Amino acid sequence: MNVAAAAATFPLTAPEHIVIVRQAVRQRAVEIGFSLVEQTKIVTAASELARNTILHGGGGRACIEVVLNGSRRGLRLTFEDEGAGIADLALAMKDGFSTVGGLGLGLSGARRLSSEFNIQSAPGKGTRVEIARWK
Amino acid sequence: MGRFLLVSIQLDMHDRLALQLQDDLTTRIAETGAQGVLIDISALEMVDSFIGRMLGNIAAMSSVLDARTVVVGMRPAVAITLVELGMSLPGVRTALDVEKGMELLTAAVI
Repeated sequence: MNVAAAAATFPLTAPEHIVIVRQAVRQRAVEIGFSLVEQTKIVTAASELARNTILHGGGGRACIEVVLNGSRRGLRLTFEDEGAGIADLALAMKDGFSTVGGLGLGLSGARRLSSEFNIQSAPGKGTRVEIARWK
Repeated sequence: MGRFLLVSIQLDMHDRLALQLQDDLTTRIAETGAQGVLIDISALEMVDSFIGRMLGNIAAMSSVLDARTVVVGMRPAVAITLVELGMSLPGVRTALDVEKGMELLTAAVI
């Protein structure tokens, strides 16, 4: 996977930043020719993960990159925080599991909406979630 | 419109704004004695779990206050994404557009 353009990084420290990330992801998705459904899926996944970074990670950042795999173009999004981390990743990935009274669809839903999903986390070490969606 | 409250969401709401709308709308139902609430989301390009939960909360709160809620105008791409996300908006009545939503509300309160 090659990076086709400069990465853009956005802070995620306040709920308003989720909207900014959503709009930036939408703009990139339109630019590389994603269909309306593809745009909506990646924007929604970004919204869920950005909220997780703020609510669970105590804030962090999102990185948006246009990537190439042969002739295929895609978007890669990375959400990083230095928060408490996740002790039980398998449990956190389950539908309906939430520690903040939410619906527990953030991580599991974002994975279903993405072509690729990768999460790294450990207690005290923060969390890094990387997703990609190919055109 | 007397008996119904109409809400048209016209912008990409941040989370606090969505919670504010939920509170304001619930307060207005009690103040006005409205029997129905119609929420037009045709301008929304995305509904994530937070906004989906807000819609469900409004439907539940209005029901407790003896009002029906109908959500109208969801875009097809939004519907596809919501279901894949894992939300099917249980407890929320929906209609394709404002006209059909009004018919549903009118029929429900007669």
